[in-house]
Amino acid sequence: MSEALLELLPSVLLEGLLLGCVYAMIALGYTMVYGVLGLINFAHSEVFMVGAVAGVEVYRYLGPHVDNPYLLALAALVVAAFISGGLAMAMERLAYRPLRKRGSTNRLVPLITAIGVSFFLQDFVRLIEGLWHGEFYMNYPADAHLEAMHDLPLGMSIQNKSIFVIAVTVAMMFALDHLVRRTRLGKAIRAVAQDLPTASLMGIDPDKIIARTFLIGGALGGIAGVMFGLLYSQINPFVGFVPGIKAFTAAVLGGIGNIYGAMLGGLVLGTIETLGGTYLFFLTDGALGNEYKDILAFIILVLLLLFRPQGLLGKTQGEKV
Amino acid sequence: MTSRRPIVLLGIAAVAASAALLAWPRATWALIAVLGVLFGCLSVRDYKPARFVIALALLLVVIPTAGTHNTFLFELVTTMGIFAAMSLGLNIVVGMAGLLDLGYAAFFAIGAYTWAIFGSGQASEFMSGSFPLPGWPYFYIFSALAVITGALTGTLIGLPALRLRGDYLAVVTLGLGEVVRVTANNLDHPINITNGPQGITPIQRPPVGWLLKPLEWLGLDSSPALAYSIFFYVLVLAVIGVVVLVNVRLDRSRFGRAWVAIREDEIAARAMGISLTHTKLQAFATGAAFSGVMGAIFAAKQLFVSPETFTLLQSITILAMVILGGMGSIRGALVGAMAVALLNLEVLKSFSDFLVHLRQTGFVLNLGIVSYNFANLSDQIEPAKYERMIFGLILVLMMIFRPSGLIPESRHRLELGERKKARDAAKGGSHGAA
Repeated sequence: MSEALLELLPSVLLEGLLLGCVYAMIALGYTMVYGVLGLINFAHSEVFMVGAVAGVEVYRYLGPHVDNPYLLALAALVVAAFISGGLAMAMERLAYRPLRKRGSTNRLVPLITAIGVSFFLQDFVRLIEGLWHGEFYMNYPADAHLEAMHDLPLGMSIQNKSIFVIAVTVAMMFALDHLVRRTRLGKAIRAVAQDLPTASLMGIDPDKIIARTFLIGGALGGIAGVMFGLLYSQINPFVGFVPGIKAFTAAVLGGIGNIYGAMLGGLVLGTIETLGGTYLFFLTDGALGNEYKDILAFIILVLLLLFRPQGLLGKTQGEKV
Repeated sequence: MTSRRPIVLLGIAAVAASAALLAWPRATWALIAVLGVLFGCLSVRDYKPARFVIALALLLVVIPTAGTHNTFLFELVTTMGIFAAMSLGLNIVVGMAGLLDLGYAAFFAIGAYTWAIFGSGQASEFMSGSFPLPGWPYFYIFSALAVITGALTGTLIGLPALRLRGDYLAVVTLGLGEVVRVTANNLDHPINITNGPQGITPIQRPPVGWLLKPLEWLGLDSSPALAYSIFFYVLVLAVIGVVVLVNVRLDRSRFGRAWVAIREDEIAARAMGISLTHTKLQAFATGAAFSGVMGAIFAAKQLFVSPETFTLLQSITILAMVILGGMGSIRGALVGAMAVALLNLEVLKSFSDFLVHLRQTGFVLNLGIVSYNFANLSDQIEPAKYERMIFGLILVLMMIFRPSGLIPESRHRLELGERKKARDAAKGGSHGAA
């Protein structure tokens, strides 16, 4: 029994890594917006969902004309990144900026707006898809080449699409790291995150930087949406909620506001969840199964808030009066 | 001298609306008119006794009388009442204490399952004893228990989340709603506690034999169905009464003031010697307790509970009620609940039916230049199915254009009034100097 479990372990870890890639990409959007605005952007889960839906549309319309599956997947990623990024920016412009300009001191106002935007978008996408195609349950088409398996040592095997997802994630993380650390925009984002009023005194236009932060976070969310679709195939307008809340947990796990924390948190959470989902069944003799894996992330969140609210890489900050 | 006009108008409107509802008990617009007058009773100033009498007459005479001709009306009004009580409960958490609770339906679920499990044969699946427990007196005992289980769950969940910045509570409660639903959905194995996705039915109701005699005296159909409709209607009204009373008393109590203080400025409140975690927990548990008791009543009324009733959508619906009415405002919570519940239960459905009717009959709308044949209307356009969009819009638009709600909290209104007065005084002063 335990040998069988051990044999399974490398494949489970790999599965967790893949899930972690998706979580990490979503978590980046939460953490970047939290960094500059101190706002939990609940609607980010819908930005992710819109990315996944945009990807389906690309497959629907370009699929018959493009033969190379990688080219097609790349096209889906790019389109999803643009649409999701644009959506996130529009959201900031239409819903969050008016609140900021009014200078309301009520902390609940932006949060409630965010949850409202999130709910609105779910049904909005449902309506559009319903009018466009007559149904709102969608599938990423299976591609024989992308599904093809490669054998790895330790009894693991990996599909082409998984390699693709990991490659995209790694590339995006390096790109983001470069952007944040080495470019003027990255410097400005860090400055706004550190201290918005002072940054604006230094000649940085905070509105512009905030909009671009939303754009970048949204684009990453859109890419995550396509990756999710490639990995798990089934998509609908309500698919964003659960990955969204888990990605937020990942962001908290890594230390919210910290970009590297979000990456780490995503990978760790994906791994824990897959491990839990697989082994819970064996450990409890079949009493508790895979269906509780969604709760696992939540339990981690609660424990984290109790014992290490600043997360793995976060620093505790004193409250300012 | 203050004008008597508002109260006279209100009285006339009350008579007209009652006549309409009694004449057409099935008409939605008549019900809206009656609710509009109730809304008026809540918002007109002064004339407290007269307003009170009008409201009581509408609630206890007109609506029940109309309801005997149309039991659906009872169903509708009772459901609205359950929502109203919940929105009052959530108002304590969100409105007074400023804690965003996005999993309020979870406590509703816990209350509902508290009675559903023991008020049906379900409990015999995992413990010995004779189940279902009879409605009398156990329904009342378990309703009280639901208050405790609700408050207890609230405390357990609030404890980790409330020690941190407010935003974390929003996420934790968002997750909690999901956890409770998933757990209820899967707890049919290894021990069958909730009966999983099939839900639990039938659930015992308290006996209402004592109501049949008075109904007979009134010359009404003395069927148990009608008796139950009336019973639950009155029960819900009574609970709302209690909840309003508790709300009003709390609002002006030490707790209420502490909650408002925390909402306005945590650091200042702490400097005044208010224990943050403690006070927040009290607010959170109080709100959860209200939700719990409504859950127990809901379970008995519906005879059936299943995990599908307690979704995030339910929590957001209640949140939309509080936001629409005005955070922290008791009257606002009532008005918001009436408006949103009516929209959700009746108006959207009627509108959908209307569109379906137009589509089926192939109605052609002719506006001179533009004409549209409704037969071409996509069958995807069904307003009743897009509640998420509508509630989302309500939340966003209220936050952008009127964050204090339709009926702002009186504290807030006073504050605004004072500011305006101060500004006017400043203007007057500068004019004087010039």
